[in-house]
Amino acid sequence: MADTTLTHTGQAQARPAGLQGVAADWSSDQRAFKNVSWGKAMMWIFLLSDTFVFGCFLLSYMTARMSTRVPWPNPSEVFSLHIGGSDIPLILIAIMTFVLISSSGTMAMAVNFGYRRDRRKTAILMLLTAALGATFVGMQAFEWTKLITEGVRPWGNPWGAAQFGSSFFMITGFHGTHVTFGVIFLIIVARKVWRGDYDTGRPGFFTSRRGNYEHVEIMGLYWHFVDLVWVFIFAFFYLW
Amino acid sequence: MAEATANGLGQHTLHGTQAHDAAATGIAPAEVHQEHPIKLYLVVWLWLFILSACSYLIDYVGLQGYLRWSLILIFMMLKAGLIVAVFMHMAWERLALTYAIILPPILVLVFVAMMVFESDYTLLTRTLFFGAEP
Repeated sequence: MADTTLTHTGQAQARPAGLQGVAADWSSDQRAFKNVSWGKAMMWIFLLSDTFVFGCFLLSYMTARMSTRVPWPNPSEVFSLHIGGSDIPLILIAIMTFVLISSSGTMAMAVNFGYRRDRRKTAILMLLTAALGATFVGMQAFEWTKLITEGVRPWGNPWGAAQFGSSFFMITGFHGTHVTFGVIFLIIVARKVWRGDYDTGRPGFFTSRRGNYEHVEIMGLYWHFVDLVWVFIFAFFYLW
Repeated sequence: MAEATANGLGQHTLHGTQAHDAAATGIAPAEVHQEHPIKLYLVVWLWLFILSACSYLIDYVGLQGYLRWSLILIFMMLKAGLIVAVFMHMAWERLALTYAIILPPILVLVFVAMMVFESDYTLLTRTLFFGAEP
């Protein structure tokens, strides 16, 4: 507990005045999250705000679906694929789910090997994660193409409630965008790991700050969040 | 190899400039980073596959009604819990962070309840105004 309070030296220190003083006083020599770095704390807070974004999307979807008199299209049939002479319900979505879960696993392993300073394995696992993420986005593009050719539009579709299309494009579109950005950042961090930036203390190209292997874990937090959001989308939009 | 052997402790001090700064000002204890046995990740990974397969089977088998909805929610919460607790290391963080991140999304349930009433009302007015059939 003694660690959390400022040590008094017996002599009052001069505080900065003006706007600098405002900043200094607000920062106030305290931190709420005692043993996580600012990078990790900020990623968590960003993810919290992102949770609200996706929460609002799912909420608006719930409201639209509950308040319409027109029957909701059956996702089990809408997302079925015709394989081997029969319609398999929701099969593409199931494969996408498994691809994303796999990528989450490889990301967790990458974080682990990052802290073991195993550059090669970390970079390979991150690139594998990125490849699985890109596969996911590709399958989503296929799914969008299929639905659009079948006549699904944000303002209507052949099977029922018009809000189905708008909810679908909004929710999966935003999620797919998140996955795409995740893939881009995975490749950037994997390159840094591969080159040994976190061992040699090379300054980042954008922030000019030296990184460390915690960046892999922070990247992992984002990637797992993308997977987490998909868990909720899969449950509420595709299965419900 | 020194790094690899130290991971038996689960967590150890981050060797970085940030940790050094914090120690110098005496404000905060050293930052720790999350390092856990690989087996744990593999087990969680396997469970995520099993739970995803179960979720898919709900639809494949064609369960309906309350059984379907409750199973969907149970599998969803189990998957979400495993991802947040183990993959995102929330189980090992201090409670200050856990509460700050986990409690606000739970409060969204209040919003959900409000919108349930709102959409029930919207449906009622639509039914009264347009009639039962579309």
